[in-house]
Amino acid sequence: MRKFNISIFWSSLVLLGVSYLLMKYVVQPPLPSSILAMYVGMILFAIFIYVTVEEERMREFLQPIRGLFLDEKKKTWQTLVLIGFPLAIGVYSFNAFSPKISPPAELRTVHPAPPDEYVGLVNPLRESGEGGAKPHEGDLEEHVQKGAEIYFKNCFFCHGDALDGKGHFAEGFTPLPANFRDQGTIAQLQESYVFWRIKTGGPGLPTESQPWNSAMPIWEDFLTDEEIWQVILYIYEGAGVEPRTWE
Amino acid sequence: MENIEYRISNIESRIASRLPASRFLLLALFSLFMLFALSAFAQEPAYRHFPLIGSRNAIWIISQLHLMFAAFILGVPIFAVIVEYIGVRTKDPKFDRLAKEFTKLLLIAFSTTATFGAIMLFLLIGLYPNFFNYMSSIFFPTFVIYSLLFFGEGFSLYLYWYSWDKLMNKKWLHITFGIMLNVFGTLLMIIANTWVTFMMSPGGIDEQGALISLWGAINNFTWIPINIHRFIANICFGGFIVGAYAAYRFLSSKTDEERAHYDWMGYVGNFIGTAALIPLPFAGYWLGKEIYEYSEPLMIRMMGGELSWLFIIQAILIGVLFIGANYYLWIALSRIKGGERFRKYVKYMLFLLVICFAIWMTPHSLVASLEEARKIGATHHPLLGVFGVMSAKNTAVNLIILTTFFSFMLYQRANKIETVTWAKKGKIAQIIILGSAAGVVIFYGIYGYYVPAAVRIGFSVYQVSAVLAAMILVTILSSLILRGATSMGTIEWGKMPARSQYTLIVLALTIVTLMGLMGYIRSATRADWHVYRVLRDTSPEAFTPTIAYATQMISIITFIFFAFICFIFWLGHMGEKQ
Repeated sequence: MRKFNISIFWSSLVLLGVSYLLMKYVVQPPLPSSILAMYVGMILFAIFIYVTVEEERMREFLQPIRGLFLDEKKKTWQTLVLIGFPLAIGVYSFNAFSPKISPPAELRTVHPAPPDEYVGLVNPLRESGEGGAKPHEGDLEEHVQKGAEIYFKNCFFCHGDALDGKGHFAEGFTPLPANFRDQGTIAQLQESYVFWRIKTGGPGLPTESQPWNSAMPIWEDFLTDEEIWQVILYIYEGAGVEPRTWE
Repeated sequence: MENIEYRISNIESRIASRLPASRFLLLALFSLFMLFALSAFAQEPAYRHFPLIGSRNAIWIISQLHLMFAAFILGVPIFAVIVEYIGVRTKDPKFDRLAKEFTKLLLIAFSTTATFGAIMLFLLIGLYPNFFNYMSSIFFPTFVIYSLLFFGEGFSLYLYWYSWDKLMNKKWLHITFGIMLNVFGTLLMIIANTWVTFMMSPGGIDEQGALISLWGAINNFTWIPINIHRFIANICFGGFIVGAYAAYRFLSSKTDEERAHYDWMGYVGNFIGTAALIPLPFAGYWLGKEIYEYSEPLMIRMMGGELSWLFIIQAILIGVLFIGANYYLWIALSRIKGGERFRKYVKYMLFLLVICFAIWMTPHSLVASLEEARKIGATHHPLLGVFGVMSAKNTAVNLIILTTFFSFMLYQRANKIETVTWAKKGKIAQIIILGSAAGVVIFYGIYGYYVPAAVRIGFSVYQVSAVLAAMILVTILSSLILRGATSMGTIEWGKMPARSQYTLIVLALTIVTLMGLMGYIRSATRADWHVYRVLRDTSPEAFTPTIAYATQMISIITFIFFAFICFIFWLGHMGEKQ
């Protein structure tokens, strides 16, 4: 059986093409174009390194390119490449920079620094501050129950009954409401931080990184501090994650 | 006539009648002017404006340039003395020549560093007098010590350089001068670090900011970790800049002998740079932890707020450093007889590095359009979100470090044939050790997703310990396995393609940019405070610049630094020709 040999140049192109198609169409949900561009750039970078690390391989890689431009018999191909390649780049550039109806991609800051007054706060329903007695276990369960009631009266419309950010109104917001089951949301945060975010909502976000996209209401207008702590107990309990603590 | 006289007298009388009023007005205006003007003169202005670019940018550029040169003149003597010592031990004159060449670069860079330091001081006094007064009220005794140490550093540098040939037969005395130079230099850095770290995590003061304890102000939260971090980073910085110098000299060499020498120098520069780069992420992690312990908002602003985007750039730069250093080594295998045996591993190492690099630089919050965010349908992408957290990042960087170490290991034994009877078993043991370390790293990386954050943070210690232990054990085993090894051929120094030298220049460019970037991040974390929560910056330039603005400034500073460095390289080259 004849061994099928493909030159390093063409195999690199195939690798690049297949990787692109896989990332673009197979990975679900689709990758944002910024990430796709970054990964394709990395693959190109890796191909460059692999090819140029050895002299012979580099020569082999360049052979088809040299062959194309130095072979007098390939005038038609040379013309096609010389016109087609810059044209393709031009089309890409035109598409990339032409104004679109949809808003451009944005660089969101998701974790701004909290104001001083919230730093180091402990949930008084879970554990009391320095010198205080720890709340009773039975009380904690009661607070979680109350937190659940508050959650379903106020929060679940956006954050969902499964605490996954897929509430009835979720689709109306950009960005989507936080998914508490995601390890990257409340599991990464201390309760004091969550308390600040609930209490002051979107308008309470700091001046840095403005303008903010947050539809979170100012809950201190509707809930007491104790109710906010109760709802915090519930969302951690319900999402099955632990609040972040410092050693 | 009478009529005219009458008119004149009438005008005179009118003028006379108005004079007291106009005088009074003049008097009032002058008094008002004096009131405001002299009161302004009486008070020291809090800020002065630097023309065209503004005060903040002026200080930013000058202090960053000063720091870059300082890193160079502090890092290079460390390995110059080590290389000289190796020369004494091995009795190989090429080490002595290399150490001397390092020191020559140092000599030219020393005065540039001092000049930038002086300009920075003048600018601080002139543009930020209140801030400087406050810092003087806390740290004046250290200013005096700093000046004395500066003399010490200058004298020991000149002593080290000018006694080089005279003390060829008294090398131990000469090395002692070199050690003195390092001691003075390191102490200078440690003192300057007290001022910088105090601005970030002030200590030793009361609620009004008045000094209670000088030692408390010096020994603030971030002082020790930044001393360690900068000490290692300076060696890394010096190594890569020396590598770039060697590359420049290699590319402009006319003879094979010169090419061989500068190829070797480039290799040594890259080795030192990479060896120091390996522990740097751990030192950075410790610094971050201390910042967090001092102030949670400070750390969150740095790594969770708007500055966090700059950490994506940091990840890319660190990735370029590691991959570039590996790439250089892989190319270098071609100049060693026997190196071709290990080429087959390159693709696997490259694959691993690229995968880790991709994870390392994947952001937690994605840059996505509205349409793309809708398609993702959640706050985080289910796949990419996994890569965005510290468990993934720590795993990736530890595996990158292990892979880089493996590249060095292969390079080291490229032309060696082991003669010890247990060589095969020893190599299997090395593979098991490295594999186990990788296993520990991956295990804790995955396990980290299932435990609370406080527990997860502790896992990084296990990961780092496994990697460090593996590197130490494998190095010891290597030295035992290679004892009495025979050679397949010598290293053909100078037989390197030009792209390997451009890689060294890229590494230097990357480390300079990285230093500029991280310096900015650390400084910008304080936001509108000169001294965090003690002395507020009320100047018109107290805003945090946009990411684009900051990165452009960092690029400009990198460009200026390289312009100076090229000039210094050229001077060194010219001096040699003469």
